[in-house]
Amino acid sequence: MTTYVLTAPQGPKVGPHLGRPRRHILGLATRRALVAYAVVLLLWQFGATSQSWLGTRLPVIGNVPSPVSVAVAWVGLVGDPGYWQSWYLSFSRVLLGFAAAVLVGVPFGLTMALNPLFRGIAFPVFELLRPIPPLAWVPAAVIFWPTQELSIDFVIFLGAFYTLVINVMQGARAIDGRLIQVARSMGGSRWNVFRRLILPGALPSICLGMEVGIGITWEVVVAAEMISGGGSGGTAASGGGLGFFIWSSYVGGSYAQIVVGMISIGIAGYLSSAALRRLEVLLTPWRRAY
Amino acid sequence: MNLAAGTTRTPHPAGAAEVEVRDLVKVYRSGRSAKTIVDQCSFTIERGKTTVMIGPSGVGKSTIVRLIAGFDRPTSGTILVDGRPVTGPGRDRLVVFQEAALFPWMTTAENILYGPAARGERGASQAADFLLDKVGLRAFRKKYPTQLSGGMQRRAELARAVINDPAVMILDEPFRGLDAMTKKLMLEFYARMSEEAPRTHFFVTTDIDEAIYLADRLLVMRHSPTSVRAVVEVDIPRPRSPSAILADDRANAIKMQTLSLLHEEAMKSFASGSKAAADFVDAYRRRSSSA
Amino acid sequence: MMPTSVARGALHIEEVVKIYDPHGARIPAVDRCSFNVAAGEICMIVGPSGCGKTTLLNAIAGFLPIDGGTIRLDGEILCGAGRPQAKVGPDRIVVFQNGSLFPWKSNLENVAFGPIMQKAMSPEQALDTARRMMAEAGLGGLEHLYPGETSSGVRRRVEIVRALINDPTVLLLDEPYRALDALTKSVMHEALLEMYYRKKTTIFFITHDLEEAIFLGHRVIVMTSRPCRPKLILDVDIPYPRDYGVLTSPRFRELMGAAAAAVQEEAAKAFELGEKEGVAA
Repeated sequence: MTTYVLTAPQGPKVGPHLGRPRRHILGLATRRALVAYAVVLLLWQFGATSQSWLGTRLPVIGNVPSPVSVAVAWVGLVGDPGYWQSWYLSFSRVLLGFAAAVLVGVPFGLTMALNPLFRGIAFPVFELLRPIPPLAWVPAAVIFWPTQELSIDFVIFLGAFYTLVINVMQGARAIDGRLIQVARSMGGSRWNVFRRLILPGALPSICLGMEVGIGITWEVVVAAEMISGGGSGGTAASGGGLGFFIWSSYVGGSYAQIVVGMISIGIAGYLSSAALRRLEVLLTPWRRAY
Repeated sequence: MNLAAGTTRTPHPAGAAEVEVRDLVKVYRSGRSAKTIVDQCSFTIERGKTTVMIGPSGVGKSTIVRLIAGFDRPTSGTILVDGRPVTGPGRDRLVVFQEAALFPWMTTAENILYGPAARGERGASQAADFLLDKVGLRAFRKKYPTQLSGGMQRRAELARAVINDPAVMILDEPFRGLDAMTKKLMLEFYARMSEEAPRTHFFVTTDIDEAIYLADRLLVMRHSPTSVRAVVEVDIPRPRSPSAILADDRANAIKMQTLSLLHEEAMKSFASGSKAAADFVDAYRRRSSSA
Repeated sequence: MMPTSVARGALHIEEVVKIYDPHGARIPAVDRCSFNVAAGEICMIVGPSGCGKTTLLNAIAGFLPIDGGTIRLDGEILCGAGRPQAKVGPDRIVVFQNGSLFPWKSNLENVAFGPIMQKAMSPEQALDTARRMMAEAGLGGLEHLYPGETSSGVRRRVEIVRALINDPTVLLLDEPYRALDALTKSVMHEALLEMYYRKKTTIFFITHDLEEAIFLGHRVIVMTSRPCRPKLILDVDIPYPRDYGVLTSPRFRELMGAAAAAVQEEAAKAFELGEKEGVAA
C-alpha cells in the first residue's frame, strides 16, 4: 500500500490548518532519555550516600561509590599519564588482535565457504575449538607464547576470530545463486565472480562480524588483562591496560576508580564500534542508498 | 555488436539462434523419492521470433528455462542451439528472471557493463550509454538497484542482457508482480525493443493477454509432468498495441482457443492442491545450486 | 442482473470523507464519496494505487474512523455523525491481500474458528459445517493439512470459506488474489462464484485487475485517483452463472474497452504524481 504523503516532512513545518509551528528544541525521545539518566544518577547518588543521610547503609546500593566520588576520581586521573597509558595499552592490544583476526579470519572464512574440500577438513577442527571460551586459553597461551604480551594478543585474536569466520561464511553462502548464474552465463570466470560478486556480496556480513567481534574483543582484553596481571606494562596501577587498571584499583582499595575504569572501557568499546560502523558505511555504499 | 546499427528488421538476423528441444525429460531425485517434472517435451524456438511458453503456475516452465540456459542438465533428451548441444551456461542464452537479479552492490551502469567487463572487452561504455538511453535510465546510471523501482530494475536487467548480444533472450515471467500500469509500460517497451532489434526470444508467462500480445507463436504447456500440449501461431501483424489487440477479432479467436486448453490444465494443476511437490523441487534446486 | 429474494447486505455510502494527517499534512484519502451497493450484489471496486479504496473498505469494516459522511448497512448507521468509527463485527468480514490463516491450526480448524470463538455453534457443529462447506468449495480431502503444506491458491480458498462460514452480511475482499498468477486466479474466480451462488452474500471486492472485476461483478465501479470518488459505474449485464468462455464474448470485450479507458486516465494521473515509478532522490 503506497503511503499517502508525497513528500517527506523536512524539519520544522507549519501545517496549513495549525497556526503554530510544531518545532521542539529536543525530540521527545531525547528528552525522555535525559530524564531517565537524571533519575538514575539521582537514585545512584542517594543510594550510595545512604549511610550519611539515612543513617543506615542501604543493601547493595549503599556499598557502591557515588557518582560524585567517581567524577572526582576521574578528574584526578585525567592528569595522570598512567591512566592514559592504560588506554593506549588496551587499545593497541585490541587493534593488534582484531586486525590479526580480520586478516586471518576473512580469507579463512571465504575459503571455507567456497571450497568444499577445505571446508570438509577445516570446519570440524574449527567447530571443535570454538566452544572453548577465549579466556580459557589464557593460561595455555601464557605457556605457549614467548611473551606475556603476545599471549594476551592471541586470546584477543581468538575472541574476534570465531565470530568473524562464522559471519563471513554465512555471508558468502547467502549470496543469491541466480546472481552467480547470471555472471557465469555472461562469461565471468571464477576469479571474476569471486572478485566482483562474492567479495562485495559478503561484505555486509563481514562488517557485521567485525562489529560483533570488536565487542567480544573488548570483553576479552579486559578479562585477559585482569587475569594475566597486565602483561609487560608493569605492575603498578599506572600500567597494564584498562582491565588491569580496574583490578589494581580494586586491590588497592580505590573503589571509585573501579567505576572510572568501567566507564572508560564502555567508552572505548563504543568508540571502536562507532569507527567500524563508519567503515561499514564507506565499504557498502549500496546499503544506505534508498 | 550490432546494437548501434540500423533498426530495420531483417528476416533472418545474423546472431539470432534457433533452439531445438527434443524429447526432454527431467526427473528430480531426493533420497528415494523422485518426481518427473518434464516428460518427453519437444518444441522449437524459431530463429528471430518470439516464442511464448504459457501454462499453469508451479513446476515445469522454470525448469525448462534452466535447462535451456544451461544451469541444470536434463535427465535425458537433447537441447540444441544452432545444432550444437547445450553443455552449460553461455552468453548466447541469457536469462532475465522473475525476481530482479541485478547485482545490488553495483550501480546501474556497472551492472550493464558487467558482461563486457568480465570478458575483457574494451569500448563497451559507448554501447552501455546507448542502451541506458534506450531504456530511459540515463539519469539513473549511478544509482544502486535499491534506488530503482520495480519497472526500472526490469529495464536495467534487459539492458544488461542485451549488451551481450545473446543469440537467445530468455525471460521467465519477468513482469509478474508489477502493478498494472508498470506492467503495461514494460510490455510495450519490451515489444518495441524486440521489434527494433530482432533476436530469438523465449518468453514464459501465465498471463494469456501478455502472451498473445508478445508472441509470434504460443506453446501451451501441460500440467505436471509438463510437455507441449498445443502450438498456436499468433499471426497478428506487427507493430501491435495493447488496446488494438483487445479489439482484434483474430486475437480474440486465438485467446478463446488457448483459454479452453489452459483452463483444463489449470484445473488439473489445481486439483492436486498440495504444495509438497513444489517444495520438493525447491529444496532440490537449493541443494544443487549450493554444492 | 440483481439476485432477488435477498433482504440483507445493502450498503449506502454517503458523502464519506477521510483525511489522513501525518506530520500535519492533511491528505484527503476519500472526499465526499457516495455510492450504493445493493443487497446480495457483487460490487467490484477498481482504481489506481493509493486512491483510497482500501480506506473505504477499512471504514466499512470498522478499522478506521471517518471524518465526515455516513455509511449505512441495511438502513442502520455503521458510522457517521456522532459515531465516527463502526464497530468491528462478524457481519462484515474482511479477507486481506496477504494470507492470514493461523499456521498452527489445520485448514479445518481454521475454518471452524469463527463460529467456535463466537459461540455461535458448538465445536462439533462447527467442525461438521466446516467440513461440509470445504467439500462444497472443492477442498475435500485437505481438511487436516496445515496451511503451510498447501498451495497459495488452496490457502486463499480456505480463507474465503473461513469467512463465509460466519454467514456475514457483507464479505469485504481487498485484492485477495493479487499475489496469484493469472491462471490460478481464473480458477479462484470460478470457485468464488460457486460459493456465491449458494449464499448470495453481498461482496465488496477491491481489485486492480479489470478482467477479474468484469468477470466477477454485477457492477464495476471505477474510482478516480486520490481522493477517490466513483468515476464510472458499469452494469455488467452478462448473465450468471459465468464461466471463462465469457472472457472472449463481444459484450465482455466492450465492457473491458470502456472500463480500460477510464482506468487508464486515472492511472496516468496517479502515475504522474510519482506514486509507483518512484523518483529516486
